[in-house]
Amino acid sequence: MNGRTMENEIIVINDLHKYFGDVEAVKGVDLRVKRGEVIAIVGPSGSGKSTVLRCINHLEVPTAGAVYIDGVHLEDKATKINSVRAEVGMVFQQFNLFPHLTALENVTIAVRKVRKRNKEEANRIGMEKLTRVGIPEKADSYPRQLSGGQQQRVAIARSLAMDPKIMLFDEPTSALDPEMIKEVLDVMLDLAKEGMTMVVVTHEMGFCRAAADRVMFMDDGQVVEVAPPDVLFKNPTHDRTKLFLSQILVH
Amino acid sequence: MATLEEQLGGKDRADSWKQFPWWLVAILLFLAYMAWLIITDENYNEAFQFIIGHIGDIEDLLDGEVLAFIGQGISLTLYITIVTFFISILLGLLAGLGRVSKNTFIRNLAITYVEFVRGLPILVLIFTLAIVVVPGAVDRVGGDLQAFPNATRGIIALSFFYGAFMGEIFRAGIESIPKGQFEAARSLGMTGSQSMRYIILPQAIRNILPALGNDFIAILKDSSLLSVLAIREITQLSRLHAGSTFRFKESYLVLTFLYLSMTVALSLLLQWYGRRLNTNER
Repeated sequence: MNGRTMENEIIVINDLHKYFGDVEAVKGVDLRVKRGEVIAIVGPSGSGKSTVLRCINHLEVPTAGAVYIDGVHLEDKATKINSVRAEVGMVFQQFNLFPHLTALENVTIAVRKVRKRNKEEANRIGMEKLTRVGIPEKADSYPRQLSGGQQQRVAIARSLAMDPKIMLFDEPTSALDPEMIKEVLDVMLDLAKEGMTMVVVTHEMGFCRAAADRVMFMDDGQVVEVAPPDVLFKNPTHDRTKLFLSQILVH
Repeated sequence: MATLEEQLGGKDRADSWKQFPWWLVAILLFLAYMAWLIITDENYNEAFQFIIGHIGDIEDLLDGEVLAFIGQGISLTLYITIVTFFISILLGLLAGLGRVSKNTFIRNLAITYVEFVRGLPILVLIFTLAIVVVPGAVDRVGGDLQAFPNATRGIIALSFFYGAFMGEIFRAGIESIPKGQFEAARSLGMTGSQSMRYIILPQAIRNILPALGNDFIAILKDSSLLSVLAIREITQLSRLHAGSTFRFKESYLVLTFLYLSMTVALSLLLQWYGRRLNTNER
């Protein structure tokens, strides 16, 4: 556990099921994430890993099962989902920056409208986060004027500006040109070192090795095995894990 | 042998000849000829003076008598067009938001409105609203029908009609925004209406501006239909002039000249704006 000893669990997923029409994309997933832990979810496409991630901030509503964020039951009707989401940052494969806003406005819009901070305060927070991801000089640029790597870093800053307890990453480097992957992974590695709780769906095995406390391998909507990266990569116990790893590590 | 550059240059010249807006030249020639007739021909000039009409006294405006100040002719046509445009944008926004609402009642209310209007000829809607529905409704709530002169009723009918069409434009604009935008907004903790207001609508409205501009031109043209309510906009004045002087040719050619010069000017403005928007996007 990288020496971390915190015992309190910030994400608890119990027997999660998700159907899309007749197709069961997630078939009973359990996951417990401790505060400050970094979990990587890997697996072939269509294995349900993104769906699990999207259930954590209720972008997908589970068909059955329960998700608790910091003790709050998301499926409970009394839960104010917007205030939970404000505590859970999400970074998307396609960045999903707001094209009509500058980088700084992208970072500050939710700080102003959700956190109700005034403009100066929001801009101060925004510049701080843009500096943290290394592109304060792009504050006044529009997304279309930025490279993919820069856009994704603005997207990370946008989530960080909300001061989240958890960061979710949905294949954050899959839409990037190879030379831009590193600048995004570096930001994520820094976050992990600083103790951010992270759940990362990724194909970057290097990132898993360097940053993940545990790697969860999923296939066909189920968790095949969960283990620290050195264990999972060196001595996978299941054949399906071995097959998957052999396929991606060959490349 | 011509070099490649020369060949390409030649091809470019031939293409630019083909691309030249000859249609615009033809229309401008027609408009120039008409303008010349209006300046030099007494009968055309008389028709023109009558049809463009006049505005009222500034004191009417100060007294709050807006329609009296607007007067008749071209000022009334433009007033009807602009007021109708803004009311129908408001109705269209509501109808469009209603169409994408998750609330079954609101969604069906919006669909009912849009389908009701789309199923009717505009002239029938004008008669029904201006002569039956508005007086009936005012009577029912015990209001003063004097406060609803024909021009106001005409504007209500036109707005009701165009609001439905703009509702479809707004719906298409909202649906053209990728789902990821909404998800990103929601994942930042924004409510559904905050996401719509700060993220979706600003982008959607940008996308539909050209379509809204086209509707402005369409409203300008369809304002002529309000002549059936004896509203003294330019079409009605042309009919009156033709009827009293029997100069049909002069009356209706001048009317054609007036509409065409306005619509061509507006559509060129829109094209210029659309190109500017496109270059800014890059």
